[in-house]
Amino acid sequence: MSERKAIATRDAYGEALVELAAEDERIVVLGADLTNSTRTEWFAKKYPDRFFDFGIAEQNMLNAAAGLSLVGKIPWVSTYGVFVAGRAWDQIRTTTCYSNLNVKIGGAHGGISVGPDGATHQALEDVATMRVLPNMTVIVPADYHETKKAVTWACEYIGPVYLRFGREPVPVVTGPEDPFVMGRANLINEGTDVTICNNGPVLREAMEAVEMLKEKGISARLLNVHTVKPIDRDAIATAARETGAIVTVEEHQVMGGFGSAVAEAVVQTHPVPMRFIGIQDRFGESGTPEELFEEFGLGSHYIVAAVEDVIKVKKP
Amino acid sequence: MVDQAKVKELQEIAHRIRCDILWTLAHAQSGHPGGSLSATDFGVALYFHAVKHNPENCGWPERDRVVFSKGHVGPLIFSLLAASGYIPHEELKTFRQIGTRLQGHPNLECPGIEVGTGSLGQGLSIAVGMALGLRMDGKPNRVYCIMGDGENQEGSTWEAIMSAGHYKLDNLCVVLDNHGLQIDGWVEDVMGLQPLADKWRAFRWHVIEIDGHDMVQCMEAFDKAKEVKGQPTVVLAKTVKGKGVSWMEDQAEWHGKAPKPDQCRDALQELACPAEYFDF
Repeated sequence: MSERKAIATRDAYGEALVELAAEDERIVVLGADLTNSTRTEWFAKKYPDRFFDFGIAEQNMLNAAAGLSLVGKIPWVSTYGVFVAGRAWDQIRTTTCYSNLNVKIGGAHGGISVGPDGATHQALEDVATMRVLPNMTVIVPADYHETKKAVTWACEYIGPVYLRFGREPVPVVTGPEDPFVMGRANLINEGTDVTICNNGPVLREAMEAVEMLKEKGISARLLNVHTVKPIDRDAIATAARETGAIVTVEEHQVMGGFGSAVAEAVVQTHPVPMRFIGIQDRFGESGTPEELFEEFGLGSHYIVAAVEDVIKVKKP
Repeated sequence: MVDQAKVKELQEIAHRIRCDILWTLAHAQSGHPGGSLSATDFGVALYFHAVKHNPENCGWPERDRVVFSKGHVGPLIFSLLAASGYIPHEELKTFRQIGTRLQGHPNLECPGIEVGTGSLGQGLSIAVGMALGLRMDGKPNRVYCIMGDGENQEGSTWEAIMSAGHYKLDNLCVVLDNHGLQIDGWVEDVMGLQPLADKWRAFRWHVIEIDGHDMVQCMEAFDKAKEVKGQPTVVLAKTVKGKGVSWMEDQAEWHGKAPKPDQCRDALQELACPAEYFDF
């Protein structure tokens, strides 16, 4: 995939905010001393009167966003996923979600690919802690275009949204004209032997796996499921029925995250064998993204192995 | 100077609100009497003097915003809303019961509630966001936040205090119900906060200290707070938990326990509440 242009989804987020803010003056951005890393610095420079730094105090920032939403603003809260979906979880639960407020949360540095900063800064549980909350929508865009569409959608939608972004550049694999419908999975590759359900920028690994499987004579369907909640039950049920086995791929703990959301849909519609690619109940550590993908079993050859394993037990 | 006739009117409303609180608790047999009774007088000064609001139109854009950070005082909050005309008085009898709009801690189901509260330490941050947003739009609306003193122990409360001082939110006024008690006992024994006024001052707030049961002082404090420029104001209201019911006063045990029907009758009698309050 090296021939494709690579852009981090956090960059797309920063760009989208600047562009959307020109059309909608209700958009404001809140930061917690990480305006450069979250790319909200671009917004802050262009719209200094609409940007509020709350310092290293995430809990206050989240409820200040709730207050801003209550007087008609569209607040985007931006910090690392660990700090927002962990430290400020109670505020998100009891204020934003309970009152169903129009607060948008940008969780940056999602996944193990954060790299050298290590476990403290790698958000690996945020999708789980966010998707359990009533009224919350959870989206993990896979690349540049998908991110911009997701941010645009979130500004138009009224209600709490958690968007998760990655730190590292990833190939731009979707096109500007490709459809983005919240809650609807996108078919990336048709296939009949198994379905790979992907969530987020790890998509490049899933696409590589599809090519590797093709060489082995295995036809893999690839669904890019950007919305974790509400999950696309119909696409998943159809995939289960038509291909008979499912492998989920996410840069997150396999417990409680995207894979679990897919499994909940599968067991209630058309139960088939599944395998889960993701973080297997461990904390992250320091390293390059490539080294960590290998260490934590996220690379394309791990997806291939999981597919081969699950196909063995699928019903004939 | 405040109008003496108005003072007398508000004192009478406060008396009825105390009756309403006990009556609500008598029907629910669940809820928080102590902090409801301590916050009654300044609560009335807010709803019937200081706060610009329109019970006929909850969404009136010109209204001031009220955030009850101490959301556990439902008996007081809903009594104030009933007395103001947001909800029927009879509805107070449904407090804390299945299907009610008057939840154990208030939420948006009830007209006149701006945001669900009750998890202590969260309200002031919400008020900070409201005040920032209103100021951005150049609006004159004020934001009032009613807090307990115990929730000053929450770290996030100090994040909120810091940010309001930093952003010089002079459209924000906190009323701190300083009765000195929390569930586990005296605040100073559980986790001491003194000198509390100095702490708020150090975080760049204007502090007004009053007797929170003196209606004139309450009214004047909110009037003065409106004149303060360049910094937010906290009205540190010295109060008595359970005020008005002799055997509840200064007793931590009456934080979150409803009096039994006989005790409610005793309390209503001590308060000299009208006959219609004895219907349980």
